[in-house]
Order: sequence, then C-alpha cells, then structure tokens
Amino acid sequence: MSVAAADAFVEAEIAEPRHGFRTRWYRTPAFVAGCVIVGTILALAILAPVIAPYDPNKQDLQNILADPSSKHWLGTDQLGRDVWSRMLYAARIDLRVGFLAVFLPFVIGTTLGAISGYYGRFGDTIISRLAEVVVAFPFFVLVIAMVFVLGPGTRNIYLAITVVGWVSYMRIIRGEVLVAKRQEYTLAAQAAGLSNARIIVRHLLPNVITQAIVFAMSDIVLDILLIVTLGYLGLGIQPPTPDWGAMIAEGQTFITVKWQLSTIPGVAVVITGLGLSLIGDGLADLLRPE
Amino acid sequence: MDLPAYVARRLLQMVPVVLGVTILVFFMIHLVPGDPARTMLGTHASPERIALLHKEWGLDESLPAQYVKFMQRLVHGDLGNSLFYRVPARELIVDRLPVTLWLIGYGTGLSILIALPLAAIAASKRDAARDQVVRVVPLIGLGFPSFWVGIMLLLAFGLNMGRLFPVGGYGEGFTGHLRSMFLPALTVAIAISPILIRSLRASLLNVLESDYITTARAKGLPERRVLVRHAMRNAVISTVTILGVNIGYLVGGTLVIEQVFALPGVGQLMINSIFQRDFPVVQGVTLVFAILVVLVYLITDVVHSLLDPRVRFE
Repeated sequence: MSVAAADAFVEAEIAEPRHGFRTRWYRTPAFVAGCVIVGTILALAILAPVIAPYDPNKQDLQNILADPSSKHWLGTDQLGRDVWSRMLYAARIDLRVGFLAVFLPFVIGTTLGAISGYYGRFGDTIISRLAEVVVAFPFFVLVIAMVFVLGPGTRNIYLAITVVGWVSYMRIIRGEVLVAKRQEYTLAAQAAGLSNARIIVRHLLPNVITQAIVFAMSDIVLDILLIVTLGYLGLGIQPPTPDWGAMIAEGQTFITVKWQLSTIPGVAVVITGLGLSLIGDGLADLLRPE
Repeated sequence: MDLPAYVARRLLQMVPVVLGVTILVFFMIHLVPGDPARTMLGTHASPERIALLHKEWGLDESLPAQYVKFMQRLVHGDLGNSLFYRVPARELIVDRLPVTLWLIGYGTGLSILIALPLAAIAASKRDAARDQVVRVVPLIGLGFPSFWVGIMLLLAFGLNMGRLFPVGGYGEGFTGHLRSMFLPALTVAIAISPILIRSLRASLLNVLESDYITTARAKGLPERRVLVRHAMRNAVISTVTILGVNIGYLVGGTLVIEQVFALPGVGQLMINSIFQRDFPVVQGVTLVFAILVVLVYLITDVVHSLLDPRVRFE
C-alpha cells in the first residue's frame, strides 16, 4: 500500500533540486491548516488523562448505549463506557504507533536508497531485487501475515511495518540520488577528494531528504490506517486498551440502533488523515524551489 | 523487439521475483516464536499430532532441505493441508477465489468510472476552480479507512434509504453478483480512486502540454475533440499502468472489505484462518496473493506494450 502511494507520489511530484525551508510557511494555507488540525488532535491525545471526564475502561452497565448528553458528550458504548474518553485515549495509542512506525522504515529506506543510488552495481541489484519481492506482496496481506506469525502487540506491528515500509523510502531516495550524483556540486565534491561516505551524508542527503520527509507525512496516514484496520480485524491493539479500529468494529454490532458508535471513530481517523495530508502538501509546496 | 520476445524477457525477469516470494513465504513458519507446530496446534495438542506435523512440514530437516521439499510440493500445486478443515489448503483457496476476483474486477471498473471523468475535468483547465475541487478529493480520500467506508455505505444504502442493496452475501448469477457486490465494489473503488485521480490528473496534464496536442489545437480542432480523441488515448495507457502498479493496494483492500460485507472470498478465509491458527492456509493465501500481483504486473506490461509499442524498445 505504501509502495503504491509512493509511486503515485513520485509521479505527481516533479523531482528537482531544492532550497531550504523558507520563512513563508505561515503564508501556505494548507500547511497552517494541517498544523492546526494535527496540533489540536495531538494536544487532545497528550492531555487525555487531564481532560477525559471518565476512566476509558470504567463500565456502567446501568447506562449502556446511551445517546449523547451533557454527562456523556458522545454517549456510551455497549458496556456503558464513555465514548468521548475512549476516543481521547484511543488517539494516544493510534497516533503514537502511527508516528513511531515511520521512524525505522525512514532510516533504513533512506540509507539503502542512498547506497543503492550512489554506488549502483551489485549492491543496487540486490537491494532493488529485494524491494521487488517485497512489493509483490499486497501491503495489508504481508503485514497481517507477519503480525499473525509474530503474534499481536505493538512491537510486532512496528516490526511488520518496517519489513514492508522501507521500500517506499528506498525508491524515493534512490531515484533522487541517481539524479543528484550527476550534478555539479557532487562532481565538485568528488574532485575535491572527499570520501564517498562524506559526500553522501554531508552533500547528497541534505538535498534529497526533503522528498522522503514529505512522503513520511503520507506514510503516517497509511500507518494509522493500518493500525486502525488491524484493530478492526482484532489483530492490532489488544483490548481493553481503546483503539479507533476496535471501537468501529464494536460499534458495527449496534449499527442499526446506535449509528454514532461506528461513525465517530471513523471521522476522527479521516480528520487526522486530512491534517497530515495537508501538512505533507504544504511541505511539498514550501520546499519546492522558487 | 517484437511482442513474443518482449513477453519472454518479462517472464524471465519474473523468475527471481517469484523465487524471492517463495523464499519469504517459506520463512514465515520460522518466524513463529518457539516450536511452530506446538504454537499452531495449541497447548492441548497431543505429542503425536505435534510429531506428525513436524514430519509433514519437515521441521526436523535442514533449512535447504525443507525449502526443496516446500518447492517440490509447490510445483505440484500442493500448499499443505488446512489444520482446521483437514482438507488441502489449495481447495479452500480455489473455492473462494472467484468471489475475490469478482470484487477486484468490479471495484476496478467502478474506480475507472469515478476517476477518469474527475481527472479529465480537473486537467482540462489547470488551476481553475474545478481543478482545485478535484485536487481536494485525494487529499481527503487517502485518509479514509476502507472498512469504515464500507460500514458507512451499508448504513446509508443497505439499512436506510429503502434498503437499496443487500448488506452481505455474494448473490446468485451474473446480475445477482452485480447487485449483491455493488456496495463492496464501490468501497474498493472509493479506496483506490484517490490515488488514481491524483496520478491520472498529473499524467493528463503532462499529455496536454505535449507537442502533438499543440499541433492538434493549431490545426483548429475543437477542444472537445482534442481532449477525447487525442489526449484520452494516452490517458487510457496511464490508467492501465497506474491500476497495475496499485494492484497490491487493491488486493490488500479486498481482504478487509470482504470482512465488512461477509463475502466468502479469499480475504475472509485468511482472516478466519488467522483466528483458527491455521498456518498452511494463511501461508497459502499470502503466496497466492503475491503470485497474483506479480502476474498482474506482467499483464499490465504486456497490455502497455500493446497500447504503446515504444516501451518494448526502451
């Protein structure tokens, strides 16, 4: 999945050398809107223990499937738990896993992409073949299969995402390095006798990394979608820890009587995704050369 | 390069990928923590049954020997026996494959019906209001969890609004499938459309800026004809390749969507098998899906080379 998105992304953006992050960020509406949305959701998630009116797992069997009211802003679920409090706590875990999950694929993919693009030859062949094999598996299928064999739990989710996710970053960075290494500043650095490692780290990466950073924003969205999907299937965050995906699954049983139970967590996912996409789009605009 | 030579070359290039896929799938069992046979059969399994499984999977032999055994069975179409149903995993998968293929085909068809007009509208006038509106679609659409979209469609069209469509099942006969699978296929289409619209718009804009379009306009052809007869021909090529590249995403999406709509397809089989700890079936489905994707890549390339013979010479 992330690979498909990466390809679409590479096609849609035109690779060009980039200048630094200009100070006009506040004049880019998409970026500002995205930051406001994501910032608000992050703040709600971080402050959950302070602002949640109830314990997210406290059951009130006298008061199940209640409609939204002043006592329970978003009503209660089938066990009488406060939906608003559960939403806040679910944001904590889903966002944390989503943001952290991109870290390892980013580092591994960028490193392999730089090596593959700069040195070429045998290493490039091996890395590219490996990427082709991973890409042959549908993202969801491979991650679900890996979570199955490794067992549930966030650590294994990170591991599964890393095994699959590095490919997108590798492809983006490899493509950019292939272009950048023929440019004059690289040739100049080589002529000056700098070591290859220094050229890659100090000269090439700073010029090509922005593309990977922009993609990472979409990747966080994809990872959050994945975690929520795993939660929906019962393979992700394990109960009683609240998770948006599991909340949607639980609400589906009562969809005919309480439509809001499945709807609200989904809306939260969509808004989070929109915020991150806006940041990604804004970043792409900001980092584009004049 | 003529077509047969091109197909032969692409088939050869597939070999290392398919081998890599089998190696990865083969190693799945060795990622299981502890004794895989014991883990899969559960704590109450008899030692005889565990020993039997060890023998069947060849877990006592060396890794290369195990892989050779795995490949020998595989080339005979043997994916091992289901631990839960006690029948060959292949039978289970083959029985359910038509539903999944239907869903993929139907969903792809609907996604083209959604994405192609929208992309054409957007690209017909760059940065106009209509372009801005269409560009927002992928921005929002990429963040939609597909299973949630399915539930919302069920809520809207299956349970309310005159119960227009069945809420689950596969239906009988061609029209039955068409009706029963409309909501699942629409879910698939909504999931894939954002990517399709984004890429198609970009490639259409690219085409519209090329010399031959300028020539067509300079000849005084009406804009409509330029767009439909000249630009669209190339847009079809992009649609084929973009869909091909995203097939993995599409196939992965059906896995979850089958679950939402209770469709008896391969995806549902995989999820159920996970809960039944039925390793051979999960392994078999993973392999079948990967082979399916590799085949679609091949077909995409061949169709692409038919539509645009230039790629054969690159």
